[in-house]
Amino acid sequence: MIEELGHPYEKFLRKDRIPHIWCEGCGNGIILNCFAMALDELNLDLNKVVVVSGIGCIGRVSGYTNTDSFHTTHGRPIAFATGVKLANPELKVVVISGDGDLFAIGGNHFIHAARRNLDIQVICANNFIYGMTGGQYGPTTPLESWTTTTPYGNIEQAFNLVHLAAACGSVYVARWTTLHTRWLTEAIKKALQKEGFSFIEVVSQCPEIFGRYNKMETPLKMMKWFKEASVVQHFSDPAKAEITPNRITVGEFVDIEKPSYGRLLREMTTRAAEKK
Amino acid sequence: MTNIAIEKSKVVRSGRRFMSGDIACAEGALAAGCLFFAGYPITPATEIAEHMARRLPEVEGVYIQMEDEIGSMAAVIGASYAGVKAMTATSGPGFSLMMENIGLAVMTETPCVVVNVMRGGPSTGQPTMPGQQDVMQARWGSHGDYEIIALAPSSVQEMFDLTIEAFNLAETYRVPVSVLADEIVGHMWERVNIPDIDSIKIVNRKKPTAPPSNNFAPFKPEKDLVPPMAIFGEGYRFHATGLTHDERGYPRTESAEAQTRLVRRLCDKIRKNRDRIIRVEKAMLEDAEVAVVAYGIAARAGLSAVRKARARGIKAGLLRLVTLWPFPDEQVALVARQVKAIVVPEMNCGQMLREVERAAKETPVIFLSKLGEEPHKPDEILDAIEGVQR
Repeated sequence: MIEELGHPYEKFLRKDRIPHIWCEGCGNGIILNCFAMALDELNLDLNKVVVVSGIGCIGRVSGYTNTDSFHTTHGRPIAFATGVKLANPELKVVVISGDGDLFAIGGNHFIHAARRNLDIQVICANNFIYGMTGGQYGPTTPLESWTTTTPYGNIEQAFNLVHLAAACGSVYVARWTTLHTRWLTEAIKKALQKEGFSFIEVVSQCPEIFGRYNKMETPLKMMKWFKEASVVQHFSDPAKAEITPNRITVGEFVDIEKPSYGRLLREMTTRAAEKK
Repeated sequence: MTNIAIEKSKVVRSGRRFMSGDIACAEGALAAGCLFFAGYPITPATEIAEHMARRLPEVEGVYIQMEDEIGSMAAVIGASYAGVKAMTATSGPGFSLMMENIGLAVMTETPCVVVNVMRGGPSTGQPTMPGQQDVMQARWGSHGDYEIIALAPSSVQEMFDLTIEAFNLAETYRVPVSVLADEIVGHMWERVNIPDIDSIKIVNRKKPTAPPSNNFAPFKPEKDLVPPMAIFGEGYRFHATGLTHDERGYPRTESAEAQTRLVRRLCDKIRKNRDRIIRVEKAMLEDAEVAVVAYGIAARAGLSAVRKARARGIKAGLLRLVTLWPFPDEQVALVARQVKAIVVPEMNCGQMLREVERAAKETPVIFLSKLGEEPHKPDEILDAIEGVQR
């Protein structure tokens, strides 16, 4: 009976790719669901949406969305998306990838795409760890956390992603957790309609690895942390929005207008093409 | 990248022109239909980027200067999947950074052109000096098994012609194609005959003939082993990945059968079409007893040496390799069976030498190595030719 009814968002998924590879209780499914909801509510032409991902658990998301999609090398989805968007500006190009992919190996592409104000949307699933390789610390792993490569506790400071994104010039920056599905969906909708570079950090649970190493071994325990630590505060100073065990500031941080790279490129091309 | 028709004269500046190799390369790319360049400044290839930055907007194309060569190569692949002919240009250090994504282009069968104006390495080496040290890297630089195409221009005219050829081969076989130039060919100024746009042979990738459907298989090959290429935005809603995949484009990470099938086809589509791909140029080889086998700038000194040898009554000839990869095994073997010895001048410590030795079998191969500023002098090659005759 369930098969007959179908899932309300199944048209956004490649059904022959389901079941997905993600662990039970992983936050990636929630992010994918919110993305599908956003596409549905905006009624976007799916033939003109391209989902690009890198390597890692969430990197597999591009294989599940029923759009044109590309699964790039590790760290390079934004650079790949740059080529797609500039070659065909009609396409809505969305990068969905992880914290390690976007901010460790791929950090350079992120800061420069944001600086250029390239017309793409970047959604980062921040699970604080390299999940696919079994749980090593990454650029967002909180200080003193336990991972397979911090057996004595993490001594590295974590990136504050919303601060980084704002400083690099993003026109839209928001952070939500997988607990805030409605807010997250609205943020994705907003980002998809912005001109220029928009960034959404989704604090996501990895109970199977990060949780187990850090005394939150069930999805519920991780979500409980998100619930207790989250404070909704719109347009607060992103510099002060570090994620700590006691506080996860969520909300919109940046929502500004400025000419996108695509707009300036079109204007420049017009000038050049008119040149005698 | 609009549909507005661009005046042909803006795309191809036909006529006799005087230009550098790097500029000829850029003009060749435009003539081939290239509308996207992503790159990063690097000596001695920078002039290609500079010229593309000026010229591409005139024809409604896009130039973007990326943050590094890794991003440049990724952007080129993205642009190609969005349906546009795309290229980058670099030199040794940048070529090294591009290697992982060149492998991605191989795996996702992305038509694209990578120009490498070779300088002296390893590492930062000698940025303003010529070299031919990236020949093996062009073949084997990315991890895994694959076949690839590389062409070696030896004149400014060929920088124009072979860049067009590189795009045509890339579009035909859905493979990244390298133009392996060197600093001398890149920076040298010579006369170039740029033909009328309508007389330039242009190849565009095969497109799927079937309309979009749920069963669309974007990596299902045709008889030539090359799949027609769907592009983003046309409704096919297909998936491509650097993972081993099936004909649907879906990951098959645990199947030996899928790995074997895909990797063999990626190799075979080049190997089985080698006769259509490989180009060599022969000079005075008919009755030759000594052959010079060379490519790029070294082939020019080689030709001069062969002429001088002939003037002295020595039966010498030149086999110039225009295609470096796939390696022209049969062509070299044929020459080897005819001559007493082969002379290989190369601006490295012996890279193509290995391939020539392998193909030449019993025939002795004399190696003339050059490193640094100065290319081979014709007389140095002539000495080697005369040494064989003595």
